[in-house]
Amino acid sequence: MKNENLYNYILGIADNSLILGQRLGELTGHGPSLETDIACTNISLDLFGQVRSYYQYAAKIAGDNRTEDDIAMLRKEREYVNVLLVEQPNTDFAYTMTRQFLFDVYHLLYLQELQKSTDLTLSAIAAKSMKEVSYHQRFSSDWMKRLGDGTKESNQKMQNAIDDLWRYTDELFHQTEADIAMVKEGIGVDVTALKEKYHQIVTSILEESTLTIPESKYFQKGGKLGIHTEHMGYILTELQYMQRTYPNMEW
Amino acid sequence: MSTKNWPLWEVFVRSKNGLEHRHFGSLHAADADMALENARDVYTRRNEGVSIWVVESKNITASNPQHNGEMFEPAQDKVYRHPTFYELPDEVKYM
Repeated sequence: MKNENLYNYILGIADNSLILGQRLGELTGHGPSLETDIACTNISLDLFGQVRSYYQYAAKIAGDNRTEDDIAMLRKEREYVNVLLVEQPNTDFAYTMTRQFLFDVYHLLYLQELQKSTDLTLSAIAAKSMKEVSYHQRFSSDWMKRLGDGTKESNQKMQNAIDDLWRYTDELFHQTEADIAMVKEGIGVDVTALKEKYHQIVTSILEESTLTIPESKYFQKGGKLGIHTEHMGYILTELQYMQRTYPNMEW
Repeated sequence: MSTKNWPLWEVFVRSKNGLEHRHFGSLHAADADMALENARDVYTRRNEGVSIWVVESKNITASNPQHNGEMFEPAQDKVYRHPTFYELPDEVKYM
């Protein structure tokens, strides 16, 4: 493939939203209340919408017969390059919202920069996604504050979620080969430059939520290289089931 | 875990600029902020609205259906209270 770095770079953005969207989609009919159920699945649909734009573009770049659906549904586990954070399970609503919050803050910072990309397709997708993701961040931040600064029990549940999920945040700021190449060309976002701002925003909202970032300096990584946690296989089994069982099926 | 339901809220949505808010339905929420966000997600996700009002249902005073006779029937035979005896100029919209 001629533009392999660009292709891989796009997957690096889109796979995060695909897998997080799939996780949120699991809440369809299972949310803690009808209203939050719809809210989470709305966010899921926003993410899938964005993912389609990215994969359609990636399919065009690949220049062979592959379609957006092939890219979404027919890769093997090691070929997905999403961060480990987004594949973590919906253990309870505290985990679901904390995972969302930790990703939303990053996602918004990332899109703000991607808008400036010299690649006009990517900058257009970023500009279009900004409003959606701004709402996602507002929604998840509100829940952080509401539950963090809620009852003793809700505070404890949120703190548990932060303690467990924080270790997956550092990977957001690791650069892949495709990242480095694309930053050089003015197409990609330099994620290492987002880290400080990310920490500021997360810290300030967690303070308002009376929650604290765990002190541990040990972080998990691997997703961006295709090395996933044990949850990933189960996600893909569900995600890919229809296409694997009835190849080329359409709705 | 508390199994108590959140309070009920009534949702009013204005569909287009210039038209009034209309009652769209109700939902549960812990407070006004959450009611607004829930209303956004439940009632405007198909691009229905440009403005949302929420009010806690307990704050609405409703007429008693048992009093419908004395409340509403006296108006039934007073057609002269309808402004149908005037000619409306074409320029007047939304009447």
